[in-house]
Amino acid sequence: MLKRAQRLFAWLLGPAVLMMSHQSLADEVEHWGVNMTQGVTQMSQEIYGLHMNIFWWCVGIGVVVFGIMFYTMIVHRKANGAKASNFHESTKLEIIWTVAPFLILIIMAVPATKTLVKIYDTSEADLDILITGYQWKWKYDYIAEDVAFFSSLSTPADQIYNRAPKGPNYLLEVDEPLVIPTKKKVRFLITANDVIHAWWVPDFAVKKDAIPGFVNESWTYVEEPGIYRGQCAELCGKDHGFMPIVVKAVPEAEYLEWISAKQADAVALKALTEKTFTFDELYTKGEEVYAKNCAACHMANGEGVPGVFPGLKGSAVALGPINTHNDVVVNGVPGTAMQAFGGQLSEVDVAAVVTYERNAWGNNMGDHVQPIDVLKLKQGK
Amino acid sequence: MASEQGTYYVPEQSKLPIFASLGLFLTVFGAANWMNGNETGPSIFFCGSLLFAFVLWTWFSTVISENMAGLNDAQVKRSYVWGMGWFIFSEVMFFAAFFGALYYIRAFSVPWLGGEGDRGSSNMLWGNFEAAWPLLTTPDMALNGEAALVKGAGQPMGWQGLPLYNTIILLTSSVTVHFAHDALKADKRKAFNYWLGASVLMGIVFLILQVEEYIHAYQELGLTLETGVYGTTFFMLTGFHGAHVTLGTFMLLVMWLRSVFKGHFKSDDHFGFEAASWYWHFVDVVWVGLFIFVYVLGS
Amino acid sequence: MAHGPAKGLTRWLYTTNHKDIGSMYLWFSFAMFLLGGVFALVIRAELFEPGLQIVEPEFFNQMTTMHGLVMVFGAVMPAFVGLANWMIPMMVGAPDMALPRMNNWSFWILPFAFSMLASTLFMEGGAPNFGWTFYAPLSTTYAPPSVTFFIFAVHIMGASSIMGSINIIATILNMRAPGMTLMKMPLFVWTWLITAYLLIAVMPVLAGVVTMMLMDIHFGTSFFDAAGGGDPVLFQHVFWFFGHPEVYIMILPAFGVVSQIIPTFARKPLFGYASMVYATSSIAFLSFIVWAHHMFTVGIPVAGELFFMYATMLIAVPTGVKVFNWVTTMFKGSMTFETPMLFSIAFVILFSIGGFSGLMLAIAPADFQYHDTYFVVAHFHYVLVPGAIFSIIAATYYWLPKWCGRMYNETMGKVHFWLAFIGLNITFFPMHFVGLAGMPRRIPDYNIQFADFNMIASVGAFLFGAAQILFLWNVIATIRSGKPATAEVWENPEGLEWTVDSPAPYHTFSVPPEVK
Ligand code: HEA
Ligand code: HEA
Ligand code: HEC
Ligand code: CUA
Ligand SMILES: [Cu+2]
Repeated sequence: MLKRAQRLFAWLLGPAVLMMSHQSLADEVEHWGVNMTQGVTQMSQEIYGLHMNIFWWCVGIGVVVFGIMFYTMIVHRKANGAKASNFHESTKLEIIWTVAPFLILIIMAVPATKTLVKIYDTSEADLDILITGYQWKWKYDYIAEDVAFFSSLSTPADQIYNRAPKGPNYLLEVDEPLVIPTKKKVRFLITANDVIHAWWVPDFAVKKDAIPGFVNESWTYVEEPGIYRGQCAELCGKDHGFMPIVVKAVPEAEYLEWISAKQADAVALKALTEKTFTFDELYTKGEEVYAKNCAACHMANGEGVPGVFPGLKGSAVALGPINTHNDVVVNGVPGTAMQAFGGQLSEVDVAAVVTYERNAWGNNMGDHVQPIDVLKLKQGK
Repeated sequence: MASEQGTYYVPEQSKLPIFASLGLFLTVFGAANWMNGNETGPSIFFCGSLLFAFVLWTWFSTVISENMAGLNDAQVKRSYVWGMGWFIFSEVMFFAAFFGALYYIRAFSVPWLGGEGDRGSSNMLWGNFEAAWPLLTTPDMALNGEAALVKGAGQPMGWQGLPLYNTIILLTSSVTVHFAHDALKADKRKAFNYWLGASVLMGIVFLILQVEEYIHAYQELGLTLETGVYGTTFFMLTGFHGAHVTLGTFMLLVMWLRSVFKGHFKSDDHFGFEAASWYWHFVDVVWVGLFIFVYVLGS
Repeated sequence: MAHGPAKGLTRWLYTTNHKDIGSMYLWFSFAMFLLGGVFALVIRAELFEPGLQIVEPEFFNQMTTMHGLVMVFGAVMPAFVGLANWMIPMMVGAPDMALPRMNNWSFWILPFAFSMLASTLFMEGGAPNFGWTFYAPLSTTYAPPSVTFFIFAVHIMGASSIMGSINIIATILNMRAPGMTLMKMPLFVWTWLITAYLLIAVMPVLAGVVTMMLMDIHFGTSFFDAAGGGDPVLFQHVFWFFGHPEVYIMILPAFGVVSQIIPTFARKPLFGYASMVYATSSIAFLSFIVWAHHMFTVGIPVAGELFFMYATMLIAVPTGVKVFNWVTTMFKGSMTFETPMLFSIAFVILFSIGGFSGLMLAIAPADFQYHDTYFVVAHFHYVLVPGAIFSIIAATYYWLPKWCGRMYNETMGKVHFWLAFIGLNITFFPMHFVGLAGMPRRIPDYNIQFADFNMIASVGAFLFGAAQILFLWNVIATIRSGKPATAEVWENPEGLEWTVDSPAPYHTFSVPPEVK
């Protein structure tokens, strides 16, 4: 805090000093992040070019217009003895300053049109990924590979509430990043499950709204392996600021390896469904699952947000028949923010979280659910 | 134009506006409470509406008696004319929003959901939903079958029968209102009363038939407000129109009562009636739009 | 009608006088400006540093939403209607507004509407939290219960706006003094005439869209629900069909104000009066066909995207005409820099900067990077704060002596200007940087790379806010004990309003003035 204040002070006094060396100016621009990222794709660089192009045109026009203004403000002031002239019309001038901006606009529009058309060309992709926005996480679905997983914020609450120092990727880190191969045209099919979100990675210049019930298309082609970060860019409720996006671009070989590992994981997870767990195992696991998936709405203390998200502490469902409770979690409550978690969580996780909710915060029901029961519920549907 | 200006009538202080605001506020405040399931809602709503209606009643009476007292010169009258004209324009824009929505739904959202056009990939979310209008099978039904929450209508509403009769009735009533106007200008009081009375009756018949049509829709066609966008647009457009017909009929009825029982209106001074008749023509034009876009092209 | 104002509270409650109603509008709007400003300060305080410290995200969203709503519908729009009430009858030589009782009704709806809106803060589930643009389905299926109150508040304030603009149109078209032809009307009157048309055309559409929401929420319709064949994006189309003209509703009267003030202090007639009128009309026309530039990322087909991009860019042409006309009006004038002039000059410069960033936003592909970041926030605060707000402040200083017959304190006015000018730039300029660097809008917490600029912006916001206290003080002091002003107030100003006494008599023109 103090350090930042010092930097701030330096910044306020510093411009003069900075101007002295071009190099340090560029460094400083970099450090302060004052401009649009150039990004790592051809599209993002074209957009950066457009941005700079319009920017300089505006600066130019500004210099001329404001220049004349300041000139007249200095020279034609009454205090300097200026006498007012009386002209108030000139068709010639009016025509000039209608036509000139118009021409400038055409000059701007041409490259913009070209870039836009390219961006809209989502054909001939090598790989399709279905991206679904949820309150407040992303689901990535590799349609052809039968791999799907959720990706949510991994910054601990302690950092957010200033109880622990913040890392460099504060709020821009997730538990499982999206992995894509480099040098491939990847098409994103973007949709949402509840409200509108927007999937945005500045380095790719991809920003597309995720509209529930509709699918939007976008694409990227990344040359360089690397980790690229972005955020949800449409207000989507309470934790809109806490649903980052992390994309890991890796060479194709690595990508293929990763995919098969993912597929193997899924099989292993399936197997666990048959297993019988003890109460304590379920409870402990449930606490984790709860913190990750449910606490955003029902809050860590189970008290919810009055009027918006019901508390589970002492709730009729958590203290009622276990099947109803299971059903709410698996199928959600249609038409509300309560999603159907059956498709998001494994049977084990559902069993664990239900067990946890029925026994945490003084909800001492003493009962528990086994994954196999959850599976039966799902299949019975 | 403004030569008569010196006599422009600026009313004295008036209690009307503040009480009108209060009435309006209580009405909507009550309505909101009601919709949110608050028990006090209905009573606040009804008190507010009563107050509001009473204030409006007084307000119009005041304006009428001012006019009869000769306080309104030609310029003041022109202000009222402008006022009514632009009020009707604002109503047109209100309907435009709903017609626009209907257009968007038919031209874009339903086809997209059915897999056509630029956002056709949306279809992957909706099983084998196929775009059709009237939309009887909703995307929800295509995906979830019986478990769907948003079910479509059983059958669409045709344009023959009741809607066609209603079109004829409303168009005719517009003509009779016009005849009434001509009669008034020619100072034929009796003819005026007959034509106007006939228009009011036709307004009422229209409304009765529309209720009939709604009952038919709900009970026989399975077409309700909740049956997907077809039901939504059908009932919202015809419903708001019906509300306007109700208001228009009421306005004409009041004019009729004023003429028959109070002998109001002169052949050269009858803006109250004229305003109501404009409103009526406006309602009529909207209906023609509805008939074409909702009924004929919609079924 | 011969006598002066009534005494006591009923003067205000029952009034039919355009000046009283104008004053009430202005005071109401200032109160709303403070309220909206306090919400903004909560936002800025939370964003002072990364991490969550002052408010929870849920409440932060309510602050953002209420700030936008209160500023737009409570502060800026009523302020302009207040100015219209005060000035239009005087400027066209009319005895009052055309429909005086309805005028009072338009005003008194507002306190009720905004009390209802503000009361949602205390309801279970909290105030609206879905942004001032209230996109469905966040504002329908996923909204707190208070959304119903929000909807009805919008309904009645819309009714107020519609009645207000009907009144203004009737006044302008019907009440002009003999000889006051349309092309002799002061520009403020012209811009308001056009604004009133915009209002009548789009407020009903806003009413329509909130009605659709109401039906979706409570009556099972599916306008914005794909499951029934609707589309959330439909909401945005209807909203922005209202919303874009709305932003010009907030700037056209400002153009009018500035076009009155600059000639006075440049001591030179306005350059290009006729082209100003045509430019304003063109802006109004274009404003109906550009709405989807707020929706470049929702997945509009490419042809639509291009159409809206080109149409939006075109607006720079008539707006440029206005800017050039103002500059040329100053050119070779004999300028002095009283407070209203300072605010007007700052208006021209800073509004243009906001316009430039607007033009950048209009470039659809580039908007993919700008959209929903602080770059947009920077853009619209540059057009709204030094645009709309500065013009309102300038108008207040300019006409205050006419209203109350007393001169404000010039030094204090200048101090107010410089504090506001500096504070505003410190607040909003850095937002361009964080926006470009990737900070999304409507977030309560952010990555540390954005920390420094956010801290600067927060400091600026408090400075700017503090400056407004000076304004309030200056105005009150003027009303209570300013030095008496002459009828002309300024040196040779143009316009009928300067031909009557200061303060203007309660009923200005009982007998219409003759306009040459
Ligand atoms: C007073 C209000 C006001 C005004 C006047 C404007 C003016 C303009 N606005 Fe702005 N705008 C808003 C208020 C306003 N805006 C608000 C509130 C939002 C955000 C809403 C929300 O999402 O919450 C917004 C958002 C917004 C967006 C959407 C951004 C996004 O969400 O991604 C866009 C995109 O095109 C845009 C464009 C423009 C343009 C092109 C103008 C033009 O009218 C500007 C024209 C002016 C100039 C260009 C300068 C002067 C001209 C010259 C000196 C002539 C020569 C110049 C050239 C040839 C370059 N605005
Ligand atoms: C005319 C409209 C208008 C005006 C005047 C303002 C004025 C200000 N706005 Fe506004 N703003 C909007 C319209 C406006 N805004 C809109 C439409 C949005 C979008 C909302 C949305 O996303 O939905 C927005 C969003 C918005 C955001 C983004 C929020 C987010 O994305 O989460 C921020 C953040 O800094 C902000 C800040 C400010 C500040 C600091 C001011 C300052 O200028 C305010 C200054 C005024 C005061 C401070 C009050 C006066 C003083 C006192 C009450 C005395 C007490 C003060 C002190 C002692 C210091 N605004
Ligand atoms: C995005 C917000 C959100 C998330 C995340 C969420 N819930 Fe809910 N939950 C809700 C809402 C809203 C309701 C109320 C639904 C209604 O109106 O009946 C609810 C209701 C419930 C209920 C019924 C409580 C009652 O008394 O009606 C249970 C049980 C429940 N949720 C469990 C969970 C579990 C378990 C998880 C995580 C795996 C979870 N929720 C995650 C929003 C959420
Ligand atoms: Cu998801 Cu914002
Ligand atoms: Cu716009």
